[in-house]
Amino acid sequence: MLEIKDLHANINGKEILKGINLTVKPGEVHAIMGPNGSGKSTLSSVLVGNPAFEVTKGNVTFYDKNLLELSPEDRSHEGIFLSFQYPVEIPGVSMVNFMRAAVNEQRKYKGLPALTASEFLKLMREKREVVELDNKLANRSVNEGFSGGEKKRNEIFQMAMLEPRLSILDETDSGLDIDALRIVAEGVNKLKTPETSTIVITHYQRLLDYIKPDIVHVLYKGRIVKTAGPELALELEEKGYDWIKKELGE
Amino acid sequence: MNAEQQYIDLFSQTEAMICKHSSEALNAPRATAFADFERLGFPTRKMEKYKYTDVSKFFEPDFGLNLNRLNIPVNPYEVFKCDVPNMSTALYFVVNDLFYNQALPKGHLPEGVIIGSLNEVAEQHPDLIKKYYGKLADTSKDGLTAFNTTFAQDGLLFYVPKNVVVDKPIQLVNILRADVDFMVNRRILVILEEGAQARLLICDHAMDNVNFLSTQVIEVFAGENSTFDLYELEETHTSTVRFSNLYVKQCANSNVLLNGMTLHNGTTRNTTEVQLVGEGAEINLCGMAIADKNQHVDNHTSIDHLVPNCSSKELFKYVLDDQSVGAFAGLVLVRPDAQHTSSQQTNRNLCVTRDARMYTQPQLEIYADDVKCSHGATVGQLDENALFYMRARGISEKEARLLLMFAFVNEVIDTIRLDALKDRLHLLVEKRFRGELNKCQGCAICK
Repeated sequence: MLEIKDLHANINGKEILKGINLTVKPGEVHAIMGPNGSGKSTLSSVLVGNPAFEVTKGNVTFYDKNLLELSPEDRSHEGIFLSFQYPVEIPGVSMVNFMRAAVNEQRKYKGLPALTASEFLKLMREKREVVELDNKLANRSVNEGFSGGEKKRNEIFQMAMLEPRLSILDETDSGLDIDALRIVAEGVNKLKTPETSTIVITHYQRLLDYIKPDIVHVLYKGRIVKTAGPELALELEEKGYDWIKKELGE
Repeated sequence: MNAEQQYIDLFSQTEAMICKHSSEALNAPRATAFADFERLGFPTRKMEKYKYTDVSKFFEPDFGLNLNRLNIPVNPYEVFKCDVPNMSTALYFVVNDLFYNQALPKGHLPEGVIIGSLNEVAEQHPDLIKKYYGKLADTSKDGLTAFNTTFAQDGLLFYVPKNVVVDKPIQLVNILRADVDFMVNRRILVILEEGAQARLLICDHAMDNVNFLSTQVIEVFAGENSTFDLYELEETHTSTVRFSNLYVKQCANSNVLLNGMTLHNGTTRNTTEVQLVGEGAEINLCGMAIADKNQHVDNHTSIDHLVPNCSSKELFKYVLDDQSVGAFAGLVLVRPDAQHTSSQQTNRNLCVTRDARMYTQPQLEIYADDVKCSHGATVGQLDENALFYMRARGISEKEARLLLMFAFVNEVIDTIRLDALKDRLHLLVEKRFRGELNKCQGCAICK
């Protein structure tokens, strides 16, 4: 479904991604691990079209479409979802209006009629339960005054609403306590189908206890330097990244 | 003095006619006002207070005036559909500067409440009008107020006696209607006696595609323990010039909310001067402006804390698109005696394009030492992070911008203490941002 070939990207003229190659098939869960500053978040930002990053080389196809040519909104409509590492607070825009706009624009893209108010509220109610999101939060402004855990839960709630084909979880575990981590991970697992794929970006093995990866990659200095099965995550947890650096001859 | 001279000549020639069609109470301050106007002239940009709006130039063209008080052949009830449905208001009209009394709203007001033509009430209750009319609007200090007082012949009077609560909001619709370029000088006088409570919504509409220039002077006397809300909503067209001077005097423990919203206009200058003369008085002064094309909105406010223990809260927000220009000046004066004053002023502005201009000028003059005063002013663009976040959820850039702009002004709409009006404004503002509101929503003729 997703094929990344020799992807290079800059921010403010500085090259962060230096030739990423990655293929994700339907139903797969990929984990991307790596030390700070290796380019993990940049990769997720580039995939969803953050205008702060400039792609200088390479290409990305998503279900045979050239992803890099699509606007961020169309990438979302095509079924790519990023759970932000730092969800943005939008004072004055209620969660309800925000989600209604998002869901209905996606439906418009797919040629479906907009949901009626009652259909929409019913959907909100159903999906809220997936991540046990408090009704009170759903009635507030987007992420405004939410705790760290609530923000992340809200990301997964939005994922549930939009039913993406590819979900990218960018350090969704950061800032979560054990209970919140479990709820968020269970939410992700409940939403999983054989057709949908997930890319989990994380520093820690902990999240991968809940969301089991099929393939683990190590990103270092803008390149994927190692790819293996789930056992790689355990090995990293135990040994850190130094042995990989050693393997690379550094 | 070109602009002034034609009106000096006009007044000299027509003084007798103006006075003949107006009551004694309205005529009383005329001579002084005229002398003040001759001395002051129209404000120009050389004056600090009028730095951003060149009032004088708007008076240069030739406008028709209805000094002879001819009736305007229009039935506002037919052409105007209620702007705020679901809100049961007592609806009154002022067509140009004539109070429309052919058909008054049904249903009775509490005993003693007077709403009507300022001119007619001045005949029936001359002492009441004499006591208040022109007492706040000092003609010696402002050329526009002097001009308005010189030419004003009618408008609205709203009187609420002691301890009377007017439940039903009062709605006044000012309709500008003329076949030629036209000038209107209207007055509004609001008197709330001790303990009175009332809410007034004033909507400005322009019916015809001619150039309109309106001057308006509003005086509000809020007695002890009174509560008063004044909402002003302007939905005129781009050939309309509005100069409005609002004077408010608040006695002890009175609570006043002023909210001036410019949804669509040409050139607007609103001056608001609030005096807090009794302890415990509370003023909430808000406003918003949504402007695009070459629209111009200038709000100049001053709040004078004369006594201790009063509080003032001020919130103005502007969204400026295209080449529009906004200006805000907010003077908060805390006099030496006004200890324990609490004052808060916020002015936030969005310039959506590079060509839009905002001038903001918070001015705090504090002469007492035990007070709590804050102010903040910002001019900025939409939050790029928020925009991207929304786009990443599939919301188009256009829609995301709209939602953010809507959220931005929402804070001002939320100060409204009338739910139906609040709902209506949400809708009107959304339409405005979508470009569907070119003039107004309410009148059949504007479509």
